[in-house]
Amino acid sequence: MNVRLSKGGIVGARLSPTQLAENFADLHPPFDRHEALVESDRCYFCYDAPCMQACPTSIDIPLFIREISTGNAIGAAKTIFDQNIMGGMCARVCPTETLCEEVCVREIAEGKPVKIGMLQRYATDTAMAQNKQFYSREASTGKRVAVVGAGPAGLAAAHRLSMHGHNVTIFEARPKAGGLNEYGIATYKSTNDFAQAEVDYILGIGGIEIKHDRMLGRDFSLSELTADFDAVFLGMGLAGVNALRTEGEDATGTENAVDFIAALRQAEDKAALPIGRRVVVIGGGMTAIDAAIQAKLLGAEEVTISYRRGKEQMNASGYEQDLATANGVVIRHWVAPKRVLSEGGKVTGIELEHTTIEGDRLVGTGETMVIEVDQVFRAIGQSFRPKVLNGSGEATAFEGGKIRVDAEGRTSLPNVWAGGDCVSLGEDLTVSATAQGRDAAESIHRMLTQGEAVAPAMLERV
Amino acid sequence: MADIRNNFIGIKSPNPFWLASAPPTDKAYNVVRAFQAGWGGVVWKTLGEEGPPVVNVNGPRYGAIWGADRRLLGLNNIELITDRNLQLNLQEMKQVKKDWPDRAIIASIMVPCEEEAWKAILPLVEETEVDGIELNFGCPHGMSERGMGSAVGQVPEYIEMVARWCKQYTRMPVIVKLTPNITDIRYPARAAKRGGADAVSLINTISSITAVNLDSFSPEPSIDGRGSHGGYCGPAVKPIALNMVAEIARDGETRGLPISGIGGVTTWRDAAEFLALGAGNVQVCTAAMTYGFKIVQEMIEGLKSWMDEKGHATLDDVIGRATPNVTDWQYLNLNYVTKAKINQDLCIKCGRCHIACEDTSHQAITHLVDGARHFEVIEEECVGCNLCVNVCPVSGCIDMIPLAAGELDRRTGKVVQPTYANWTQHPNNPMAQKPTPVQVPEPAE
Repeated sequence: MNVRLSKGGIVGARLSPTQLAENFADLHPPFDRHEALVESDRCYFCYDAPCMQACPTSIDIPLFIREISTGNAIGAAKTIFDQNIMGGMCARVCPTETLCEEVCVREIAEGKPVKIGMLQRYATDTAMAQNKQFYSREASTGKRVAVVGAGPAGLAAAHRLSMHGHNVTIFEARPKAGGLNEYGIATYKSTNDFAQAEVDYILGIGGIEIKHDRMLGRDFSLSELTADFDAVFLGMGLAGVNALRTEGEDATGTENAVDFIAALRQAEDKAALPIGRRVVVIGGGMTAIDAAIQAKLLGAEEVTISYRRGKEQMNASGYEQDLATANGVVIRHWVAPKRVLSEGGKVTGIELEHTTIEGDRLVGTGETMVIEVDQVFRAIGQSFRPKVLNGSGEATAFEGGKIRVDAEGRTSLPNVWAGGDCVSLGEDLTVSATAQGRDAAESIHRMLTQGEAVAPAMLERV
Repeated sequence: MADIRNNFIGIKSPNPFWLASAPPTDKAYNVVRAFQAGWGGVVWKTLGEEGPPVVNVNGPRYGAIWGADRRLLGLNNIELITDRNLQLNLQEMKQVKKDWPDRAIIASIMVPCEEEAWKAILPLVEETEVDGIELNFGCPHGMSERGMGSAVGQVPEYIEMVARWCKQYTRMPVIVKLTPNITDIRYPARAAKRGGADAVSLINTISSITAVNLDSFSPEPSIDGRGSHGGYCGPAVKPIALNMVAEIARDGETRGLPISGIGGVTTWRDAAEFLALGAGNVQVCTAAMTYGFKIVQEMIEGLKSWMDEKGHATLDDVIGRATPNVTDWQYLNLNYVTKAKINQDLCIKCGRCHIACEDTSHQAITHLVDGARHFEVIEEECVGCNLCVNVCPVSGCIDMIPLAAGELDRRTGKVVQPTYANWTQHPNNPMAQKPTPVQVPEPAE
C-alpha cells in the first residue's frame, strides 16, 4: 500500500496519480453487449409502463429495452433520443433510483429493478460511438431563435428548434457548452469528456451557432434579443450561490462547492488540486454529496457533511447518501453551522449547533460542537439572479424567486420562453431541464409556424 | 423412500432415466461417464451396416434457439448415425455391458430396408449381450435421403415389415423408434405393434430450420453458406412429444404397448409427466448435451422426492395415471365454468394481463380503477381462457377459479349446472345425440 505522509492544511497531490486516476474512473463501468442482453431480458415490457410515466422526458423505456434485447441497440438509441436528445448524459446522471427504477415492477417484485439507466447508456453510447445522427433539419423557415445558456435546457431546445428548420444562436457565458453537465456534475459520472462529446453530437444536426463568453445582463440585454430574434429561450440556470450567513465564512479555505466541482471537472491534472486534510461540506443536496465524495477521492482524510435536518429531508437520494458513506464520508444530521473558526485568516474549524424542530420551525438547541477542519464547502443551494433580466424594459414575472412559466415554458413576456433550473418548475435535474427545453421548442415552433398566440394571459392566471 | 427401479419390457435399470441414441452415447468413453454419473441406461448411438462408416459434415452440426438469458430451448442437429467402425462399437458395447451389468444398454440400429441387411447385423449385436435393440426409424436428416431413418418411419408398412424381420431373427427385445414427422402418430405405432415390436420409443427429432443468417441468407447451421433441415429436439418439443405419447397410450389398438418417452425431458418433472401419460421410462439427450451428465442426479432425487410426497411407492404407481384423463375435445365438460382471479397482494402491476386481454382477447381486465393503476378481472367479460395466467410473470398471482354449481356466471347470465354436459349433447351441435346416457370417460382420480 502506498503510504504517504499526511500534510495538514489545503494541499495538492495527496494521492499518487495512479490512485487518483482509479478514484475518478467511471462510477459504473458500462455494460458490455452480453451484460446488456442479459439485463434487457429482465424487462417485462409492461403495459403503460410505470418507468415511462416516471421519466420526465417520457422515454418509451419498454420499447428501447426490447430493441436492445433483439440486438437493435441503434434503434433503441433512436427511441431514447426521440424523447430526450441528452439521453446519454441522463443515463449517467439521472437519479434513476427515484425515477424510472424506483417504480420498475421488478423493484416491487424483488427489490431489484431493471437497470434502466445502464441500458440507456449502452444504447446511446453504441449510437454515439458510431456517430449515428437520426435527425436532419427540415427546410429552413428563415426564423431565428436566440437561446440563452448552452446547458441541458438550452441545447435540448436548440436541437428541437433546428430540427424544425429554425436557425438558432446560443449565447453562453462560459468558455464551454454543456452547462452543469460540463461544470456541475461529479467527475466519476461523466468520464472521458463525455459532456463535450454530447454537445458535439447534438450540434451535429447543424443550424446551431454558439457564441461563447456572452453573458445576459453583462454583454447584451433581453430586450436586444427580443428585438433581434423571432423568439427567445432563456435557459441560463442559477448563477448565484447561497451564502451561509455565518460568522467567519470569508476566511481562506471557505469555498463554494459548485466552484470546487467545476474546477475538478476542468482540471487536467487532479493532483494539482489542493484539498484539505479535514473537510466539511455544508448542505444536503446532490452538490453536497458530489463535493464530499470527491474531496475524499482527492485524498482528504476526514470529510463530513453537515446538514441541518434529518436523513429523510435530504434532497440527495438514499442511494447517493449511501454512496457517500461507502466512500468514507460522515454525514451529520441535525446540525447547522454557527461559526467558521480561523487563525491568521485561514480556516481551522467549524462550530456546529444542534438543531431540532419546534412546532414547524427549525431552531438551534444551543448545544454546539467544534470540528477541526482545514476547508469548508458551501452547498446550501443556488439561486436565480434576477438582475440579468434588467433592461428588458418589461417586467418578467417571477415565482419563488425564479422565472414563472406555464406548462409550455412560456414566460409572462411575449415571444420569450424559459426552462431548466432558472424557472419556477425547475427540478435541479438534467432530465427535467431537457424536457422543458424540448417542450418550449415545440411551443416556439407552433408560434413561429402557426402564429399561435403567445399567452400573456399568464399574468392574470395566477 | 420411493423405489424408482425400472423394468421396461424386461430390461432392468436402477432408474428410468436412459440416454437416448445420440452424440452423448457415441462411444464407451461417454457411456462410462454417463454410468458413473448415475444414468440408468443408454441407447448406444445408431449402428449402421458393416463396411466403410458414414461421414459427417466437417462444419457445424447444431443449430439452436434460445429463451431469456440465452437458455437453450431447442436444438437441431444434422449429425448422422455413428461414423465409427461397426466392430469397434460392438467391442465397446460388449465390454461396457460386462463392466456395468446393472445398467441397460440398447443398441440402436439403422440399416437399409432389406431383409438381408437386418439379418446380417442382428447376430453381431446379439453377441455383445446388450439388453435389446432400438430400430431407428426416426432420424429426419441425411440418412432419410438414402431410404433409411424417417423414410422408413413414415411408411407404416415398412415399419411392420422390418419389426417382423427383427422379431424373427433375434431373441432380443425390439423397440421401434418413431418419427414425429408424420400426420398421425397412431399409424406407425399400430404398424410397429402389428410387426411384433415389444415397445415403441418416441419422439425422434422434428424436421427443422432453426434460423436464417440475415447477412449471408444461409439457413443455420450453415455449411459453407448452405443449410439442410435438421432434427429438432430439446424443451421446445416436449409438448409435441407428450401428446404423441398420450395418443398411443390411449389408442384402442396400441393401448398397453410399452412406450419409452423421448422429447425435451430436462428435469424430473418432465420425466414424471411422460410417465404419467403412459411412458414406461424416458430417454434424454438435449438436457445432457446442454448441462452434462450430472443433471441425472437432480432427476433421480426430484422424482423420488415427489413420489414420496405423493405416496407413490414405485414407478408402476405413476405410469399411465394421467392417460385416462386425456380425452377428445367433444367430451370436455361445457358446464365447467372458470373465472380468472388476480391476487392483488402478489400483483406487481406490470399490466401484461390487461394488454393481452384487451388487445387480443376479451377485454376482461381493468387497467385503471378510480384513476389508479389497478388490474382486476371483469367477470362479466371473462371467458376463463387462461391467457392472463400464462402471460403473468408472477407464478401463482392469477388463478382460474371454478364457479360452483348454482353460482351465476355473470358473463352468460346463466346459473352453473351441477351436471356434466359436453358438445355431443349440446343444442348448438347439429349432430347432437339425444339426451340419452352418453359414453362418459371417467376421470382417473
